[in-house]
Amino acid sequence: MEQSYFEVLRPGINSTFQDKGRFGVQYMGLAPGGAMDYQSFLLSNVLLNNEKNTGAIEFAYQGPLLKLAKGKTKIAITGNVFFKIYSQKGEVNGEPYRTYDLNEGDQLDILATKASVYGYLSIEGGFKLDKFCGSVSSQPRAFIGPNDGKKIELKDKILIFKNSTIQENKIIRNIKFEEKRIFSVLPGPQFHYFSTASKKQFFSTPYLITKQTDRMGMRVVGKSLENLVNSNIPSEGIIKGAIQVPGDGNPIILLSDHPTTGGYPKVGSIISSDYDDLIQQNSNKEIYFQLVTLEAAEQQFALYIEKIKRKISIIEKI
Amino acid sequence: MIKKITNISDQGIICDFGGEVNKDINKKVISLFNYLKEKSNNDEIKGIYNIIPSYNKLVVHFDLEKNNSHKIKEIITSIDLKKLTTSQSSKTWTIPVCYDDEFALDLENLTKSLKLSKEEIIKTHLETEFYVYMIGFMPGHPYMGDLDKKLFTSRLQSPRVQVPIGSVAIAEKFCIIYPYLSPGGWNIIGRTSVKLFDTKNLTNPCLVSPGDTIKFKKVNKLELK
Repeated sequence: MEQSYFEVLRPGINSTFQDKGRFGVQYMGLAPGGAMDYQSFLLSNVLLNNEKNTGAIEFAYQGPLLKLAKGKTKIAITGNVFFKIYSQKGEVNGEPYRTYDLNEGDQLDILATKASVYGYLSIEGGFKLDKFCGSVSSQPRAFIGPNDGKKIELKDKILIFKNSTIQENKIIRNIKFEEKRIFSVLPGPQFHYFSTASKKQFFSTPYLITKQTDRMGMRVVGKSLENLVNSNIPSEGIIKGAIQVPGDGNPIILLSDHPTTGGYPKVGSIISSDYDDLIQQNSNKEIYFQLVTLEAAEQQFALYIEKIKRKISIIEKI
Repeated sequence: MIKKITNISDQGIICDFGGEVNKDINKKVISLFNYLKEKSNNDEIKGIYNIIPSYNKLVVHFDLEKNNSHKIKEIITSIDLKKLTTSQSSKTWTIPVCYDDEFALDLENLTKSLKLSKEEIIKTHLETEFYVYMIGFMPGHPYMGDLDKKLFTSRLQSPRVQVPIGSVAIAEKFCIIYPYLSPGGWNIIGRTSVKLFDTKNLTNPCLVSPGDTIKFKKVNKLELK
């Protein structure tokens, strides 16, 4: 059988392969990486009956334009995404959270994410990709991932593992994209380094998400945090969501491709259940932080897991 | 010994071994790291994403669906650290370095600030047996110590935008090697061609591990490959 593949007619701004990420390797200086919005990534695979951790294409803002040069496949796109499918039958406006069949010669045009940042494209059976340390996630800065970790480029051939065999299509109806402005934070290891007055401001005044935001970190500006102890600490391990505060007092929220260790004090950490929503916020948006207890964060996490399970349970055939 | 264990996230805790940075404390961190890593590999501790040792801290990142900080803190506090053996698997590496002027971008300036000749700086660096405290920041990037007191120095006033790959650099009492092209503010005294992180090596991509020993060997430019 001939190898099925997509040809890249437009790569998009920041298109990479991602799965859940790499684990058990951070002590080597290798960040976990993985899909920024885990929930959307997961649902793209579940819609296609794929194994949960099958690699997807993650795109930001503008996605790729792909031509199915050879083969037959089924796709699912998740996130708040505007896309079109061009086939011999004409042009279809695509709906996210629904599967579509693509035949040889069809084109998939992922035009933009709406009022959000990241979206995911999965295909039935997955893309044909080499794993490194158990994952296909790309980290362009460290040359790690398929094709030496490079972002998806013009004219790339993206190989498809197998042709589609599933007849029916599926959908998750009524996915809502809610506006979220307040993000919950747990105190960090150097919470006590910062003045009470400036922490009070941090947890009550707005912070603007700047354009200096990528898979590695989100820089926000607002009232700066006043460090009373030391703005450098011996480097220590970092987990995504940590809010580090360098000497200038402006917080940086560390995201999935964060450095594995860091020497800036951390005032707090975004709770896990708020992470997927946080990374979907556009730059120039104002957000607020609120301090919560560990018990509250754990309860929110249980709800987050429940919500995902509920979405999976309402998948229906079209 | 562990001074305290605190949450740094709903999916992460940090064990604090105190404020000092020295080998004895770091060896305790690494022995706990090795112990927990083994327990996690054997699935005796469930849902561990990563265990990250640093100079005097150990971070444990876990999946809240499979475990929680209460249970993990309980496991760690029940361990008798004195009984843990320090890394039996630690290795010694010899790393070739070329100290030629074209690579040793800050050596000239260091002769002034340290009031030592280039030869004295190089000789002191070569005589030191370095201990690997941690790997961090980027893949394969080792933090080693301790430098001879004569070489203690601060970081550059303004960091370089791009440090060449393989640069060997010093600051405070530590020595590092930059495995990737990256920004950096340490004083560069030489270059090595040793690949610290090799993505083609699927079983063991990272050359050195925390707890290993490193000696440097002076080579000329041609031997650098």
